[in-house]
Amino acid sequence: MTVTAPRLLHGAVVVGDLLPVLRYDVTATTVVLGALASRDWRPMHHDKDFAVNRNGTRDIFLNTPNQAAWFERYLTDWSGPHGRLGRVTFRMQGSVFPGDTMELHGVVDEVAVDDTGCGWAGVDVTLQVAGDVKTTCRARLALPVDDDDNPWRRRGDRWKP
Amino acid sequence: MTTTALPDDVAALIGVPQYEETGEFPVERGYIWTTCSSVENGNPLYWDDEVADALTDGPVAPPTMVSVWFRPHHWAPGRQKPALPLQVHFDLKERLGLPEAVMTENTIVFHEPVRPGDVLRTHQVLRSVSGEKTTKLGTGRFWVIDVEYRNQRDDLVAVESYTGFGYRRSAS
Repeated sequence: MTVTAPRLLHGAVVVGDLLPVLRYDVTATTVVLGALASRDWRPMHHDKDFAVNRNGTRDIFLNTPNQAAWFERYLTDWSGPHGRLGRVTFRMQGSVFPGDTMELHGVVDEVAVDDTGCGWAGVDVTLQVAGDVKTTCRARLALPVDDDDNPWRRRGDRWKP
Repeated sequence: MTTTALPDDVAALIGVPQYEETGEFPVERGYIWTTCSSVENGNPLYWDDEVADALTDGPVAPPTMVSVWFRPHHWAPGRQKPALPLQVHFDLKERLGLPEAVMTENTIVFHEPVRPGDVLRTHQVLRSVSGEKTTKLGTGRFWVIDVEYRNQRDDLVAVESYTGFGYRRSAS
């Protein structure tokens, strides 16, 4: 089968490229659905009293695994399904609460081909609310170098994330 | 900055594999779809079997879901107390008398794709514990815990490193 979904080729990416901004209005449902989808039963992600009185936060807040899912969605919206994550690093600086409008911004900060011929893009992503950075994500994403390349086929010594 | 030495029994755990365990259930597509739905991820790799067949020889899970497959059920028959994921983190909170904790940094390196039906196993390794530090949250310690994941064929699936901060809230 020929996959007709968008395919971002490595050669089309240069350092400094900006990814389209993603905006999303966070609700209590966003937080609770994300926590339960990631099997995170901890009360600060569904119980406002616990979050306020025990954690000292103003409300329940997005959990880290679900933020990871948001970052992944953001990156593969850009790359298409051929894009394969190699590595991500998150740094949590603040919480995201119901009522917040979160924005994901991304900029390409590295373009490289490794010694196996795998094409890589480094992307610096920030999750912001009203201009405040809440979480940063540095991602390394493998992209096909031509129409015949598929990073998902790489295994063993040919996959160096 | 450092005010209190690390207890010897905690220092002795650094670098030691702990909590080797096998996931409580096989990787399954329901959670894949629920997770994609929770973030409105329309990547056809996860929704269109023909795309999955062409790209990955069948369905795979989003890589960032790797830790999902190890979060224990909230309740299970015969369990005397709730099981906790990343048990080393909770052990440190208890041993060091730090009632609150947050995760401040998380790195995941992805290897072999995870597929429905896989049964993953894992272990945790405490890498470091800082001296006592004071942040806007309170006074406590930072620690780094690695989690290594493998599938039933012993292929390395992912290595995850967590940085946590356990703390006592500042008196207000």
